[in-house]
Amino acid sequence: MAILSRSEAKQILDKVLKYSKAEAASAQLTGAETGNIRYARNSVSTSGIVNDIELAVEARFGKKSGIATINEFSDAALEKVMRRAEELAKLSPDNPEAMPLLDEQKYPKVNGFAKSTADITPDQRAKAAADSIMAARERKVIAAGYLEDARSFAAVANTKGLFGYHVSTSANFTVTMRTENGLGSGWAQSDVSDFSAMNTGAVSNIAIDKAVQSQEARALEPGKYTVILEPSAVSGLVGFMMWNYDARSADEGRSFMSRKGGGNRIGEKMFDKRVHIYSDPADPDVPAMPWAEDDFMALERVDWIRDGVVKNLPRSRYWASQSKEKEKAIPQPNNLIMIGGDKSTAELIKNTRRGVLVTRTWYIRMVDPQSLLLTGLTRDGTFYIENGKIKYPIKNFRFNESPVIMLNNIEDMGRAKRVGMWGYSAMIPALKVRDFTFSSLSDAV
Amino acid sequence: MDRRKFLQLSGAGLGFSMLPLSGNLVAESKLVHSGMDVAVKKELADATLNTATKLGASYADVRIGRYLNQYVITREMKVQNVVNTESIGLGVRVIANGTWGFAATNDMTADGIARATAQAVATAKANSKYQKEPVQLAKQKGYGEVSWKTPIRKNAMEIPLAEKVDLLMEVNKSALDAGASFINSMLYLVNEQKYFASTDGSYVDQDVHRLWAPFRVTAVDKKDGGFRTRQGLGQPVGHGFEYLDGRAEDKIQSQTVLYRDSYDMVEDAKLAAQQAQEKLKAKSVKPGKYDLVLDPSHLWLTIHESVGHPLELDRVLGYEANYAGTSFATIDKWRDGKFQYGSDKVNLFADKVQPGSLGAVGYDDEGVKTKRWDLIKDGVLVNYQAIRDQVHMLGQKESQGCCYADSWSSVQFQRMANVSLQPGEDKLSVDEMIKDVEKGIYIIGDGSFSIDQQRYNFQFGGQLFYEIEDGKITGMVEDVAYQSNTREFWNSCSQICDERDYRLGGSFFDGKGQPSQVSAVSHGSSTTRFDGVNVINTKRKLG
Repeated sequence: MAILSRSEAKQILDKVLKYSKAEAASAQLTGAETGNIRYARNSVSTSGIVNDIELAVEARFGKKSGIATINEFSDAALEKVMRRAEELAKLSPDNPEAMPLLDEQKYPKVNGFAKSTADITPDQRAKAAADSIMAARERKVIAAGYLEDARSFAAVANTKGLFGYHVSTSANFTVTMRTENGLGSGWAQSDVSDFSAMNTGAVSNIAIDKAVQSQEARALEPGKYTVILEPSAVSGLVGFMMWNYDARSADEGRSFMSRKGGGNRIGEKMFDKRVHIYSDPADPDVPAMPWAEDDFMALERVDWIRDGVVKNLPRSRYWASQSKEKEKAIPQPNNLIMIGGDKSTAELIKNTRRGVLVTRTWYIRMVDPQSLLLTGLTRDGTFYIENGKIKYPIKNFRFNESPVIMLNNIEDMGRAKRVGMWGYSAMIPALKVRDFTFSSLSDAV
Repeated sequence: MDRRKFLQLSGAGLGFSMLPLSGNLVAESKLVHSGMDVAVKKELADATLNTATKLGASYADVRIGRYLNQYVITREMKVQNVVNTESIGLGVRVIANGTWGFAATNDMTADGIARATAQAVATAKANSKYQKEPVQLAKQKGYGEVSWKTPIRKNAMEIPLAEKVDLLMEVNKSALDAGASFINSMLYLVNEQKYFASTDGSYVDQDVHRLWAPFRVTAVDKKDGGFRTRQGLGQPVGHGFEYLDGRAEDKIQSQTVLYRDSYDMVEDAKLAAQQAQEKLKAKSVKPGKYDLVLDPSHLWLTIHESVGHPLELDRVLGYEANYAGTSFATIDKWRDGKFQYGSDKVNLFADKVQPGSLGAVGYDDEGVKTKRWDLIKDGVLVNYQAIRDQVHMLGQKESQGCCYADSWSSVQFQRMANVSLQPGEDKLSVDEMIKDVEKGIYIIGDGSFSIDQQRYNFQFGGQLFYEIEDGKITGMVEDVAYQSNTREFWNSCSQICDERDYRLGGSFFDGKGQPSQVSAVSHGSSTTRFDGVNVINTKRKLG
């Protein structure tokens, strides 16, 4: 079984660290059982289960470090992996940016484990796919979808007394429904810790509605529009921004967070005053691993942007040690929460005289890192809104827009929803934004 | 099983900030071991195939793989990371009750293999309940015992780490000495030692090598708060370490130095540093229609996105609808035989055989001997990329040999072959091409890229942009991206330089499938002209 208990994990970590002859050593034990099912053209195409457990060991000699990994846990294997890490460390060039291993950390308590996800069976997975396929067949559309679920644990320790244990579950489902004539396409997703809270049939019906309603789209002229971006559409842009949100590149003058004349933009009001983005591993909606992946530093609740003002930037321990003002190191987060409003998407639409509803943004790439100008496309359900109602489906647009500008042009905010984003889960609201730049039309359905 | 992991390159500011990692981290010395003896592999393969047949499989294939990677990652005068990985295991794929089943294991004992084989057959039988049409596998003759090896002169895995680090430090120093504010440089090495056997009677032993040495230089103007980057023009290749020899005969003097079959990374880093500073001062492009002259170091990516992907048959049929998307190039357009994808100058072919290309192998991952075939002939769509269980849908009898899995633990599926633009038949140099352009932009190097899920509308950037006025290059411009749609773009193709200018570009980590798999693919072309393409200005100001 890929999930070890706290004491089982601790025993292995203690044992492997005892074999260390290096100046310092750390070890990380991770395990997961991941299941998936994929379907297309209303038929299951692949499914699988992957069980894996792995021990990674790092040995340190001064500024030299070596990491070795192994997936067996006999005494001999544990000694072998430590020796191998030591051998690699001795051979490796100095890393001038290496920081000493951390002392004991106080990790926040996180509750991210759900029994329903832990106990998921292949039959339940097949039924989840069947519920989606049956909904599609009933309404004569074509389903393509993917469900991936995981039960996982991680345990970390080092020779300076640090120890942590975390166990979690997750399930992510995405589905694309296309009409048989190829003229309509809809998409929906569900991202949960607790599989019993996932209803693939209901999610599929949202995608089916969008597919049916998006047929025979009309072309609107590209230009600046008021848009209502659903949470998955927002997350594409906000995720990109937070991925590039970093103190070092800002201080080095090569980021949208760099200040003219040197330094970063902490303390500046860069966004609409309603923008509040933070991370918290203990958040009940998006629980996350409570330590940083690279050095196991404890994660705390951190405000990145509050009242539209830049409050903090992730800063590595090395970069913090180089700062004159003795800045605090803040690890990269494992989740993200953007505070929203209390309106449903339907209410946002109701209060809109003219605008465009966007289900999803796709194929987003950086155009200019200086302004964080991004390009990408709308996809799977784009509609024209007039006088508080959806009037008709419209052709997809390419956008060229910076999330910084987008977060300055907020008119209203919807309720936040959990979405899978850039490898972690986030709470992201729907946003109503003015002057969003669509630069050309796409014929894609 | 080994789980897919990613190496995160924080703060590198690169387009590819997550690198796929699989297997165990090992010492460098492991990378030069020759691995399992071929006779042992044959024994294991026969045992697997016999078990599968006994359990009721009508077809089975087995892949025994040893996958080696080495990544060396540096910035300025620092080595940030050296990663060596080794991943060994066996994947077995079967057809039972007319349905595919797959399982993989790193337990290479008789028991471990028997268990995986039984699991593959059981999965096939279980999934057959949901199967509407049984798998139709194109016939394939057995080749007996055969082998193939990437024709390399220097095995990159055998070059000592110190030599690699020295090279990257020289590259970085060259950029910093020439005024760069920062440089990130990397070396990625891949060696796939893979053995394939099937119930058709093939036993294929292959040793595949690939290499990529990218860098990114940044020039910062702290006073003005501006910065510009220039990426290296070296390409990922199916060569050994000799690719980094930078031989004089492989150099082409243009606005910068361009490279054919070998690459002078130190020289390119110096030029990149100079050009990144020049970019800070270059004028901003005036948006409008321009004739574009696209260098192969740029055009490969446009070919990849607007021809390679839309002509993958699984996309066309809807198997990738929930992830990568579908395709505008539907079956009816191909069947019609008259669909004008591009102008009559445009001939695009697929292949898995070009020497030095990333896609080159002797046999694909379902035991089909590789070849070259036409996709677009005189501008007309004539074929797709398809594998053994797909070609019957095109009324064809033979797979095109473009099946690939990125690991022994991943199931093989249809992947993009090399897709390349045939050089022009008439003698034409780049200078001669530029001489005839009244208002144009000459683009070198690939940059930002984005295309819709059916591959109509796209936008591409680049690394270096030179304005052409009345047949002459007048200077550098910045903030350039062009937008077009695939058919309109390829129909605007008016001239292609001849074969003297033919070069390969490529993608080292092309993603597809759920769970996602990577593959590497090259795209060849000569410098090509496209008329009247819409160019936008990408400059924005933040408050």
